[in-house]
Amino acid sequence: MLNSPHCNNLRAQLKSLTQEFLAGDWLVLIASILCVIYLFQTLWTNEHAAKVQIRLGDKIYATYSLNQQREIHVHGKLGDATISIAQGKARFSKSPCHTQYCVHQGWLTHAGQAAICLPNQISLELLGETKPYDTLNY
Amino acid sequence: MKITQIQSTEDDHRIAKLAAIAIALHMVEAVIPSPLPGVKPGIANIVTLYVLYQYGFATAAWVSILRVFASSLLLGQFLSPTFVLSLSGALLSLCALWLAMHLPKKWFSPVSLSIVAAFAHIAGQLIVVRLWLIPNAGVSYLIPMFAAAALFFGLVNGLIAKKLIKIEATNYLHL
Repeated sequence: MLNSPHCNNLRAQLKSLTQEFLAGDWLVLIASILCVIYLFQTLWTNEHAAKVQIRLGDKIYATYSLNQQREIHVHGKLGDATISIAQGKARFSKSPCHTQYCVHQGWLTHAGQAAICLPNQISLELLGETKPYDTLNY
Repeated sequence: MKITQIQSTEDDHRIAKLAAIAIALHMVEAVIPSPLPGVKPGIANIVTLYVLYQYGFATAAWVSILRVFASSLLLGQFLSPTFVLSLSGALLSLCALWLAMHLPKKWFSPVSLSIVAAFAHIAGQLIVVRLWLIPNAGVSYLIPMFAAAALFFGLVNGLIAKKLIKIEATNYLHL
């Protein structure tokens, strides 16, 4: 399979492609790969979330600690939505919206994750311990 | 009846032809479903890159901006958020291309320019998303995915553009 003419052809093409790369191209390519890796590492933190921030329209409705078991009822534009908090996770468990995208999104677990319910104008965002502008808000 | 004639130059015709190709590619892309919302290959940028090498920056800018306006009109998205995203991406990508075209050609091929332009494109869109569309929620979570897509499609588009420019150089395809 590996030595089939088709595969060899592909390999030759790949080789000719990489040979066409100039020094600067390699530089740009490597720099961008590093940049992407850096972005993944900094923005996809495996940091567990500490708090959930609920927004209603353009205002912060409330911020709750995730270290509790609780159901929160929020009155949105369409009606009452239920947000569940349990053991470091949060989710929409009930929403009056038509699409139910927010409910189907399920549990949010990591800092930075968000669920947005556009029809009902409620959004959840999980915050880590170290969100840099946390202290500016309070 | 008075007939007003608009004087059009050779350049205008060339820009119109090239923009038409870019618009066609944009349309093709619009019907291809994308695995992640917002991630598109941006094949129309191959045309921008090709034009930049063949006819210079001014023509490339015209083709790119015309493509954004005409495509949004055709798709019924004119002045909608999609259009603003498209325009901001195209503008920042043109700025990046303008800077990158001054790099020595001996070391930097169209592939470099394509990757740089793709990153600038996504950056332009993310700025609009952050400032205007979704100012509060966590878009940052999606940034690594967008960056990875920009790298991949920038590379592929760059290789295609490079091939086209090379073909042009060897057997002079007349547009």
